[in-house]
Amino acid sequence: MPRAEGARQHGEFGEIRLDRVSRGFDGVMALQDLDLTIRRGEFIAFLGPSGCGKSTALNCVAGLLSLTGGSIWVDDRRIDELPPERRGFGMVFQNYALFPHMTVRKNIGFGLAMRGVPKAEAEARIDAAIRLVQLEAHGTKLPGQLSGGQQQRVAIARAIVVQPPLVLMDEPLSNLDARLRLEMRHEIRRIHQELGRSTVYVTHDQDEALSLADRIVVLREGRVRQIGTPEELYARPATLDVARFMGYRNVFEGELDHWQDGGQGERVAVRRHDLRVVGMPREALGSGRRAAVAIRPEDVLPGPEGEDAISGVVESVEFIGREYAATALTPTGLMLHFRSHQRLHLDEPVHLRAAPERVLVFAAEEGA
Amino acid sequence: MARGATLMSKAWNSLVWLTIGFFVVNLLALIGAVAVNSFATRWLGTWFPPGYTTRWYFAAWDEFQLSDVLLVTMEVVLAVVVLSLLIGVPAAYTLARREFAGKRLVTLLFVLPLLVPPITYGIPMATVLYQLHLAGTMTGVILANLVPTVPFVILVMTPFIEQIDPKLESAARVFGANTLRVFLHVLVPLLAPGMLAAGLLVLVRTVAMFELTFLTAGPSSQTLVVALYYSVFAAGVRAGQSVDAMAMIYMATTLVWLFIALRFVDPTQLVTRVKKTS
Amino acid sequence: MTIHVADHPPAAARPTLRRRMAAAGWDRTTLLVVPAALFVLLLFIYPFIYGLILSFEPMKGGAFSNYTAFFSDPYLYDTIGTTMWLALPATVLNMALAMPIAFRVRNLRWQRALTTILVIPITLGTVLVAEGLLTYLGPQGWLNRTLIELGLSSGPVRLTHNYWGVFLSLVITGFPFVFLLTLSYVTGIDPALPAAAATLGAGPSRQFRHIFLPLLVPGLAIAFCLAFVQAYSVFPSAVLLGAPAGPTRVISIAAYQAAFEQYDYSMASAIAMIMAAVQLVVVVAVLAGRRLFYRGPMGSGKG
Repeated sequence: MPRAEGARQHGEFGEIRLDRVSRGFDGVMALQDLDLTIRRGEFIAFLGPSGCGKSTALNCVAGLLSLTGGSIWVDDRRIDELPPERRGFGMVFQNYALFPHMTVRKNIGFGLAMRGVPKAEAEARIDAAIRLVQLEAHGTKLPGQLSGGQQQRVAIARAIVVQPPLVLMDEPLSNLDARLRLEMRHEIRRIHQELGRSTVYVTHDQDEALSLADRIVVLREGRVRQIGTPEELYARPATLDVARFMGYRNVFEGELDHWQDGGQGERVAVRRHDLRVVGMPREALGSGRRAAVAIRPEDVLPGPEGEDAISGVVESVEFIGREYAATALTPTGLMLHFRSHQRLHLDEPVHLRAAPERVLVFAAEEGA
Repeated sequence: MARGATLMSKAWNSLVWLTIGFFVVNLLALIGAVAVNSFATRWLGTWFPPGYTTRWYFAAWDEFQLSDVLLVTMEVVLAVVVLSLLIGVPAAYTLARREFAGKRLVTLLFVLPLLVPPITYGIPMATVLYQLHLAGTMTGVILANLVPTVPFVILVMTPFIEQIDPKLESAARVFGANTLRVFLHVLVPLLAPGMLAAGLLVLVRTVAMFELTFLTAGPSSQTLVVALYYSVFAAGVRAGQSVDAMAMIYMATTLVWLFIALRFVDPTQLVTRVKKTS
Repeated sequence: MTIHVADHPPAAARPTLRRRMAAAGWDRTTLLVVPAALFVLLLFIYPFIYGLILSFEPMKGGAFSNYTAFFSDPYLYDTIGTTMWLALPATVLNMALAMPIAFRVRNLRWQRALTTILVIPITLGTVLVAEGLLTYLGPQGWLNRTLIELGLSSGPVRLTHNYWGVFLSLVITGFPFVFLLTLSYVTGIDPALPAAAATLGAGPSRQFRHIFLPLLVPGLAIAFCLAFVQAYSVFPSAVLLGAPAGPTRVISIAAYQAAFEQYDYSMASAIAMIMAAVQLVVVVAVLAGRRLFYRGPMGSGKG
């Protein structure tokens, strides 16, 4: 067993492989053909709207749901038929699932007790875990006496104290208020960086996914739409769905005008009534001649009048901190979201531009 | 090891199902035996009686004056349902909406009659009713039956009212409705499903309430269940079949209402909601 | 209530009664609780206190002569043990049956159908169950015929007009009650808790021991108390199905006979008070044991 030599404890592994993992409920496929390899120390986020299959995927990995297809491997050991208690993963639940009748210490030590870790070692590890999540003063309290953020920390400590090869987190921040959510996000990031445990993190919040994950798996309707690093997903979403989810709020359809190779890669122009935008094609554009354009509000800026600008009048303005978020309405009835550093007035004419490399062109959705 | 565990759990599963099955089979057989006997011409020493007849029903009807008994039962049950809703719902409303000094004490007061079994408090209560010359009258029987049903209505209705958004009432008030109007136009329609459920449960419980009626009823104020007790007690004088015919009439009355009730409520509500209050 | 506070500036004036009431949460809406409270006071609390006082005013002898009479006559004091010997085993058996069945049934789709069947004995009431058992368990009844047919018994087993008839009626009428309570406690436990225990390495039996059982004990204690108290006040089935003069002469029969056969309401009240006291002792003992366990929300987190 040459690989085991460098391992610090039994939990170490090379990679966890999901092979065409599927789960159906009464004939409806909640998750279909998920292929993913999780490398050691990697932080993976499952991202998607509710009902996309991300929690199903997590529960399948945890063993709380049995698969209806596919297999899960830890290196060359198949684990998808093991019950959850024999997989040895740690899990943080959406509502924390702290045992209400046990103190914080007992909760954190539960997994150690189940593994038969000797008392002295268990106590030391519980101490370390409590220090890690900064709950030194609360060890003897019951979960009901803690705030939401503190309960969250206990849940994390309980999951990691057993030094699991893989930590699973099911929307752990969704029950917290906005400020606490941000704080706990940093906390999770810090703990991950400190311990380097492989983590699978389920969320519907793209900011969370982008800020935490090494790689993001975007799911929709039970299928993987894209797997990539945050930077890839942010700049180059593979489908219109993913683009929408990544904050491309300006999506509209038009006629494919013509191709153009400007030396910096392929460019394509899309015409809609009297306006024309140039962008980068993100997928094979069929012969249908209809295409969808997706642009982030941050990439649309007002400027001087010109032929390459889209003209419209200001519809709404909202101050969002460093700048203004505004919308403009074009004469042909298109609504565009954009950003401005200056205060704008309602009904004021604006001329909007977006850099072609920030404009993504997809095949038009069928039936849309 | 894993195989042993699944074998164990399978055996355990089968054992549990067997127990459930055994209980249900015996329960159905118990009811079936009464039903078969009530239609039997004669039934001695065989699996099934040699012939069937409906005459025991007519016999029971006359012998036990069931028309009177059913009338009394209906009157008592109806009065108990209406009165327990009238007294209980306002109290439930207060408990659901207000925090006040002494609330815990009041809640305890309403839980006690459900925790203490009827026969325990029934004897002193019957004594008091005798002193007041109410025992043996319809009034006495109705009052006695209200003792557990008023708290029952309160305990069923309080959580029901709690889940109705108080903002609806506030909105009605802001739009100028006075208390009576808030009650009639906002609360009553919202409470109707809960009151229906509570009323049906009270009905089923009152039809089946033996002890309190038994302790307080006179010959002219017996309900069906008490008449049934006396007829079983006096068995030997009467034909067993006509007693069972009466039992069937009684069972039909409760079961019909039970099935109507179960269309509207969760069966666990039939046992008091002690979980909520403890 | 007069309201002319406005005439006198509220220098050091005590707040009006209305204000003080309102501060304690008593306003017009709160008064809606009064009729129900009065009703329970008059028809439940008052009779109880009246009965208690009456029990110390015997027809003859000193204040305690009812109680001394009860505890010196084995025909009377034996009823305590007789009743206990029926109620305790029946309740324990019902609890033992209800737990595994509730666990088995909690996630079933047709759980409601099953609970409906189990509710039937509660609504039929004790009298009908007793009458049904007389026919069903009798020497010529279906049960004995089946036993003989299967060769499990050579002659009819005597199950009516003795201890077993009453015991079985207590099981049939008591089990559904215990089961429904247990089921509601079991389903009240957040399924994420055993799931969390499973991910931490606890198999089914350890999930039961470390998670379910500690969380259920308080509820089960309540269920036990209620079921025991119901069983301890067994009355119609002890008369109809048992041997009311002997082995199933339960305490409620003694109370009933004192009141309605000897017209000694004072003695009857004394017996009722003794019955209540015995029930109270058991309930207090069980609930005191329950204090040792966690009591609180069965969910987790903020829920």
